[in-house]
Amino acid sequence: MTTQDRTTLLMAGPTAMPDAGAEATGPALRGVSRRDMLRLLASSGLMGATGTGLLTAAGNAMAQTPKKGGRIRAASLSSSTADTLDPAKGALSTDYARAFMFYSGLTQFDASLTPQLALAEDIRHSRATVWNIKLRKDVQFHDGKPLTAADVVYSLLRHKNPATASKVKSLADQFQEIKAVGPVEVQITLTGANADLPVILAAPQFLIIKDGTTDFSTAIGTGPYKCKTFQPGVRTVGIRNENFWKPGKPYLDEIELIGISDEPARVNALLSGDVQMILAVNPRSTSRIKSKPGFAVIETKSGLYTDLVIRQDKAPYNSPDFALAMKYLMDRTQIRDALFRGYAVLANDQPIPPSHRYHFAGLPQRAYDLDKAKFHLQKSGLAGATVPLVASTAAEGSIDMAVLMQQSAQKIGLKLTVNRVPGDGYWSNHWMKHPLCFGNINPRPSADVIFTQFFKSDAAWNESGWKNEQFDQLLLLARAEADDSKRKKLYGDMQVLIHEKCGIGIPVFMSFIDAHTTRLKGLSGIPFGGFMGYMFAEHVWLDG
Amino acid sequence: MNRATLTLIAKRLAAACLTLLLVSAVIFLITGLLPGDAAEQALGQSATPETLAALRAQLGLDQPAHLRYFHWLTQLLTGNLGVSAMSGLPVTTLIATRLPASLVLAGVTALISVPIALSLGIVSAMRQGSMLDRGFNLVTISLVAVPEFLVATLAVLLFAVKLNWLSALSNAADTQTLVDFVRAYALPVMTLCCVIIAQMARMTRAAVIDQLGSSYVEMARLKGARPVRVVLTHALPNAIGPIANAVALSLSYLLGGVVIVETIFNYPGIASLMVDAVTNRDMPLVQACAMIFCAAYLLLVLVADTVAILSNPRLRK
Repeated sequence: MTTQDRTTLLMAGPTAMPDAGAEATGPALRGVSRRDMLRLLASSGLMGATGTGLLTAAGNAMAQTPKKGGRIRAASLSSSTADTLDPAKGALSTDYARAFMFYSGLTQFDASLTPQLALAEDIRHSRATVWNIKLRKDVQFHDGKPLTAADVVYSLLRHKNPATASKVKSLADQFQEIKAVGPVEVQITLTGANADLPVILAAPQFLIIKDGTTDFSTAIGTGPYKCKTFQPGVRTVGIRNENFWKPGKPYLDEIELIGISDEPARVNALLSGDVQMILAVNPRSTSRIKSKPGFAVIETKSGLYTDLVIRQDKAPYNSPDFALAMKYLMDRTQIRDALFRGYAVLANDQPIPPSHRYHFAGLPQRAYDLDKAKFHLQKSGLAGATVPLVASTAAEGSIDMAVLMQQSAQKIGLKLTVNRVPGDGYWSNHWMKHPLCFGNINPRPSADVIFTQFFKSDAAWNESGWKNEQFDQLLLLARAEADDSKRKKLYGDMQVLIHEKCGIGIPVFMSFIDAHTTRLKGLSGIPFGGFMGYMFAEHVWLDG
Repeated sequence: MNRATLTLIAKRLAAACLTLLLVSAVIFLITGLLPGDAAEQALGQSATPETLAALRAQLGLDQPAHLRYFHWLTQLLTGNLGVSAMSGLPVTTLIATRLPASLVLAGVTALISVPIALSLGIVSAMRQGSMLDRGFNLVTISLVAVPEFLVATLAVLLFAVKLNWLSALSNAADTQTLVDFVRAYALPVMTLCCVIIAQMARMTRAAVIDQLGSSYVEMARLKGARPVRVVLTHALPNAIGPIANAVALSLSYLLGGVVIVETIFNYPGIASLMVDAVTNRDMPLVQACAMIFCAAYLLLVLVADTVAILSNPRLRK
């Protein structure tokens, strides 16, 4: 599952999860007038997200009172000399988990992916363009220095400097001006209206560092743990920050974070008691873990997908009928049940998962239909042709999907030759460079971000290279639309356009699967990613 | 040791330096052929032409390849291994955390495997053709044939997951007491021993048997020497040359070739450091690791040859 990591792009984090109650304006919003907050949430499209993707043993654990003390070791899925303590450079799950151990952000996702106030005490905006952010006054960095506006200005503006090599530079480019307007008050002016700013600020890259930090051999943040040891490619050890700004938290004395890239080795390490929690379990290993007493699996349903990319820039493969034929060739049920052992939900060739509040449920599910596939194939004039299909371990599950499609294609007189290429260098050398290949897209916290990054006509990662003016216009309309129901309608139209016309086939949305010993409590799902959206450090505690 | 031997060693050392230079040039050339560079790897899919250019300039990748190579070489001569492109830490710091771990693993494995391998080889040579010899043969050939990841995985499943006696991970940091040390090192050392004992034992057996067929051994037997004495004082000294070479080859594998074992046991050794470095196109780190592996190999072979020379009176002169 390193693949999942590889593609963790900007804003890696699932799109908001289900609809439901208004209790989303939770306790973290103290200090803001309810009206302001409602306005904020409504306009940023965040109201009423609850839901979770999560289940299992964690539910009961919440009822118990957390105990202090203890030490755990958590194994993520990759660790190398590229490990970093610089939030801007974080690209992989281990980097995110490490960053959330040592740093805090202005906002923070909850179980419903609603951005709650974190270091920010109050966020107000006018026309979603000028944002005023008031900071908490009681926050201290690990070295005792109090948090001030200068730290926030420095932390956010450095992403615009190309030399920072920030993963979120393209997002930071919309910060026209960021200035301190008081000792603990910051004003952000955007180049254009974007109601999603609180969502963007919850990304791990935008965590707050100390003003002027250039040396990242250790981490001085405001997060729940202090950096005791950081050895790239070996381990990261954090000890409890007694001055953490959330009262009573964190619970553990010490957390050691390591990376084990080999999945069976990760599972073995958990089952032998060498680590207490592991990230990214293969669906095939879940029964082995569940059958051993004292261990449990956590599934977080997400918007993560591996998609078939049908490039729209080269004849003859740019025929709309060819794209439709390929979409009908995907046996989605089999991919869900056989490939992912049920740890996935059916997708409908558009990137918004069913659990998302902007998901358009009225769109009929495209089925596995060889007759329709054959009809469209013949119409496209490619019947009897031989077409290479590029798959790689870099795009999770793509090789198996390709083989399944190859077998189906044979039945309608199309010869797909599965071309397996190495995972190393896949994203720069193969992705989006063949008529048929696979992508692997990590969930994004907002519909706007995923549409902008992967489907807008001029997007750098417009995977299939489709161009649709109507879609681009709808995107701009939706971003500026403050009325949630109108926004939902616009997003619905956009999903229909992608489903019908885009050269992207999305068979299923995959779940994140983690596993842990049952002694470890406090775990639940934040569908931003595994390990509670990588924020497990402040939540977990040991029982007994 | 006389003058001729010393000259030979000096010559070999000079040749080793030349080899290292050539290897470094070849590694630099080949890594340059890999798709992408450190800047592209670091930025991944979030690369834009602007950020790429800035990062390349920061890492010095905007200069032509030959200039970068000579820069690296001159730095090396002053004892500076450079800064890792990926982590920004000095290469020496990164290697300082990994090399000792690798040396401990290699050292423990060598301490256990070499005596076992030599005794096995000598005993089966003495009992050539017996049930014992055939049994050893069967076991060693099987061990050579079975890939180490299978041995390692089976061992983990049995000793760590099922019986819970040993640790599935080998964390060099948790070895304060002897019990911890044994728990952490037992599985990787056992896996590595399986691979190299078999190789060394077979080479030893072949070398000793070769000597046992010669006329001076027959002479020794005729004058009434006991079998043990025949082997240990007559045949073995003449077999030391090939045995030393077999041991050297096996041991050189322990430094750079153990990447599978390091991966399965999550052992922070230098082989996986180099794999990371290649994946990240981190040239200074790749070069430094390659130099270490190459130097270790040359050194071991040199030691083996010297031992062979010193053990042979005809060469010693």
